[in-house]
Amino acid sequence: MSPRTRAHLRRRLGDAGAVLVGFLLLVWTLLPLYEMVLVAVQEKEDVFSGNIWPPHPTLSAFVTVFKESYWYLANFWHQMGNSLFIGAMVAAGTLMIGSTTSFAISRLRIKLGWLLTNAALLTYVIPASFLAIPFFAIMKRYGLADNAWSVIAVEVTFATPYAIFIFQQYSTSIPHELDEAARIDGASPWQIYSRIWLPLMAPALVAVGTYALLLAWNEYLYAFLLLSSDQTITVPVALGKFLNSDESPWNYLMAASIVYALPPLAIYYAFRRYMTAGLTMGGVKG
Amino acid sequence: MTAQDHAAPGASHQVVRRVVARGWRQRLFAADSLWAAAFVLPYIAVFLAFVVYPVVYGLWLGSSPASYRSLFSDPIYLETLFNTVLFLAVGVNVKLFLALLLSGFFMRPGWLIKGLMLVFILPWAVPAIPTFISIHWMLNGQWGLINSAIWNWFQMDGPPWLDTPSLAMGSVIVAYIWKWLPFWTVIFLAGRMAIPKELYEAAEMDGATGLKRFAYVTFPIMANLYTVCTLLSTIWTLGDFNSVHFVSGGGPALQTHVLATLGIRDAFELGNPGLGMAAVISALPLLIPLVILLMRRLARGEVQL
Repeated sequence: MSPRTRAHLRRRLGDAGAVLVGFLLLVWTLLPLYEMVLVAVQEKEDVFSGNIWPPHPTLSAFVTVFKESYWYLANFWHQMGNSLFIGAMVAAGTLMIGSTTSFAISRLRIKLGWLLTNAALLTYVIPASFLAIPFFAIMKRYGLADNAWSVIAVEVTFATPYAIFIFQQYSTSIPHELDEAARIDGASPWQIYSRIWLPLMAPALVAVGTYALLLAWNEYLYAFLLLSSDQTITVPVALGKFLNSDESPWNYLMAASIVYALPPLAIYYAFRRYMTAGLTMGGVKG
Repeated sequence: MTAQDHAAPGASHQVVRRVVARGWRQRLFAADSLWAAAFVLPYIAVFLAFVVYPVVYGLWLGSSPASYRSLFSDPIYLETLFNTVLFLAVGVNVKLFLALLLSGFFMRPGWLIKGLMLVFILPWAVPAIPTFISIHWMLNGQWGLINSAIWNWFQMDGPPWLDTPSLAMGSVIVAYIWKWLPFWTVIFLAGRMAIPKELYEAAEMDGATGLKRFAYVTFPIMANLYTVCTLLSTIWTLGDFNSVHFVSGGGPALQTHVLATLGIRDAFELGNPGLGMAAVISALPLLIPLVILLMRRLARGEVQL
């Protein structure tokens, strides 16, 4: 065999292998998602018949979710609202605290900046679930039992370190001369922060804001422990309660799950470029 | 006009700027230190109220020797410890190694690969709880998709996935890999993109192709990133509550708990925060060395968070 045909053959084999790997990846990725859809589009009784393909696909479970016409779903839209409120507040809080801190460290060059960076790094490497037990008692003591703000506070705490890393890194790309010029014109640090630094940080703000929003939207453990009434819990907590109830209409559970999963998916694909940029900015120093 | 004439105005300009900058910094310490304090105060407050206080309080909760006596005499605890180590050793390493290989796969050119990437990212983009609930149902011995498929195609009963401890633990690890593989693949993909193409061209000149290319070019360059990712992922996985809680629920018969879920169970289901905190604190001999190793790696500055 000539080297050329061998190279050709190798490329052919490589392509065939890639197709195979791609196919396996597709099946592996989609299987649990397919199960979700499969259960959601069946009637309650059909779920318990071991179908691998829906015999009579129907959207009735989604109608039930939309109309909240099953008692476990009575507060579904209110709970979606809770999730949204907590997500938005966590994003706002993380952006606010993260940006002022990063501005002070990287632009005002405060003396104890290294200490704050290390504090953030330390928070970053504490597994959040390890502090759940003391947090439960502390939030009661702060008078925040069954209050959305307790969850917001916890999630801002765990999202801010990432925000500080990303902001500090992105901030190095903004020339200091801008600050100095504004200084000469008599701008205060607050004006430099709000009029010059923040607008230039927009891509990093979008990346971190999306990250914090999705983190809060997806969070389960703290919402589960700190919130208790049907009026305050978030959707994942409601889904978990649903799962543990004796009689679970699985088609409703899966339909509600899909409705809950769609907004973050839309946000993720809309802001994908920023998210990946933020991630890789965080992941690798090129 | 000589070159020097050109340079002179610029240089003096720079001097002016430096003087102004120095003046600014001096003024900062006089009047603007108030501003600086205002800027960092929110984070300091959050750090004290929601990191330092819970950590100290948690350590205090878990400081009673009696808690540790009852923890260590609990037969579930040894099982849990074993599960935790298994979860970390197998879950993290298999996941990261697969991610490293897959990141090479996604380096291939073409729109098909790009399209596949959009789908492949789904497990990470979809919230964890619905998908873990779905996997839990998928593994249902009677009605789940997997056993239904086995029955449909082979007329055979599939194994009771979640009623056998070893299979349940295996299922948890697979579900965990499913969820987190895309994230780390994206990270490694970015790492690979940063490798200069010239290196591969030079390696090809020297006859390194295929596996050799991976072993002698890709891996040595990625090694540091890979180590940092392993450390970080191990730390995060040690605190992973959702995978176990929703896929196996710690069952059957409490045989698949890990430290993170056992701590929550002891504290809230048994109503014994001291015992729960003891379970969490017993993970510190593993956590603290990992954190120190990670900090050291990061301090070297080759990889940044």
